[in-house]
Amino acid sequence: MVVTIGFEGSANKIGIGIIRDGEVLSNPRRTYITPPGEGFQPSATARHHQAHVLDVLQEALDIAKITPDQIDAVCYTKGPGMGAPLVSVAVVARTVAQLWQKPIIGVNHCIGHIEMARLITGADDPTVLYVSGGNTQVIAYSERRYQIFGETIDMAIGNCFDRLARLLKLSNDPSPGYNIEQMAKRGQRLVRLPYVVKGMDVSFSGMLSFIEERLDKWLAGEYTPQDICFSLQETAFAMLVETTERAMALTGSQEVLISDR
Amino acid sequence: MKSPQLLKQGAEARLYRTTFCGRPAIVKERFKKTYRHPELDDAITNDRIKAEARALVRCRKLGVRAPVVYQVDLPRRRIVMQDLPECSTVREAICRLSAAQGADCEPLLALAGRLGRLLATLHAAGLVHGDLTTSNLLVDDQLEHITVIDFGLSVADGGAEELAVDLYVLERAVLSTHPQSGPFTEHVYTAYEQQWSGARAVLDKLHQVRMRGRKRLMLG
Repeated sequence: MVVTIGFEGSANKIGIGIIRDGEVLSNPRRTYITPPGEGFQPSATARHHQAHVLDVLQEALDIAKITPDQIDAVCYTKGPGMGAPLVSVAVVARTVAQLWQKPIIGVNHCIGHIEMARLITGADDPTVLYVSGGNTQVIAYSERRYQIFGETIDMAIGNCFDRLARLLKLSNDPSPGYNIEQMAKRGQRLVRLPYVVKGMDVSFSGMLSFIEERLDKWLAGEYTPQDICFSLQETAFAMLVETTERAMALTGSQEVLISDR
Repeated sequence: MKSPQLLKQGAEARLYRTTFCGRPAIVKERFKKTYRHPELDDAITNDRIKAEARALVRCRKLGVRAPVVYQVDLPRRRIVMQDLPECSTVREAICRLSAAQGADCEPLLALAGRLGRLLATLHAAGLVHGDLTTSNLLVDDQLEHITVIDFGLSVADGGAEELAVDLYVLERAVLSTHPQSGPFTEHVYTAYEQQWSGARAVLDKLHQVRMRGRKRLMLG
């Protein structure tokens, strides 16, 4: 039996998971939530993680009913991500690894997402749509590597949604994307937004500036904030599905794995 | 038209082989994508059919080989175009030749030169292909004539930015076809630059586009 503990804190969430032979025993998390209209800054996010990491660790051990001597390896997110939060969490991972005298394994954030999702879903060789706050990539495994088939050529989809949420002054609790989705459910009319697919790549920054430039005019009468959220979702998601579809046509893969934060 | 025969199913269209006024023809029919909002789907499909038909015509006016457009049928989401005589894709040519003679063999580099000049002609006119993969470039057995197909994502008057992204898509497509394709791409760019005075600005932009894709911060 192999028991591993994993530390992740590359963005505004701090999470610690314990896994025994592919079974998730515990996975407590805390999210740093900022006021509406604001994003999370690295140093404040790092302070949040520093304040909570030990509680989360205790919780992870308690829920899993695992003691440190039963653990075989300590894993942590090595990057990419925000420097300060990453370091804060890595320090704790390294410290416990030395205290408990366990090997430590650095994990690439993106690979972590994909492998975790493969474990949970049982997908064998999926085409991966990897979307989160900072990432928008279509990935598939080929030639013994995860290869990027398509990606955003400017901003990530999550970033785009966060920015719209800020423009509309939506709450960051539990997340801007969640609140956009709730608004979108009540959207009535589709605003025609720039739909930018270049081969297997997408672009979102044009869509965002298009909205930014016209937002006041739209809200003055023509469209509601709900319509705008709805249209952003419909357009952006269609772009992602289309590029994923193109990648699948290329790889011949029959499975899609959607991986987010 | 005789009853069409399904030739190929792509990610967004089906190709049928048929005849049009007695000539061998291909019907490209873009099917409905039910995951898209119907208004959005109609708008995108219409835009792409129009863009494709216009670009094909324009391409031929510029002296670059592309299928002749016979008919555009927006309500049925179709373009009827010339059926090209058998030829392979540039992707297949690269695979075949690099396996047989190496990735920097003379015939491949000559093909790269032709491709560079062809792209310079299109780009000098502001015509952006939009999906410039090696599967969308056809070539005859002698590697003499390159034909460009699939203009659904084309843009009529692209600036340096769009032209650079065009090259970037090609570069990555070539790379995914064959990992040691550096010399091929270099030859494309050399010929591209010799052919057209505006090339330098596009290649400078290309450098930025490359950096943007790879060096971006990836948070969350």
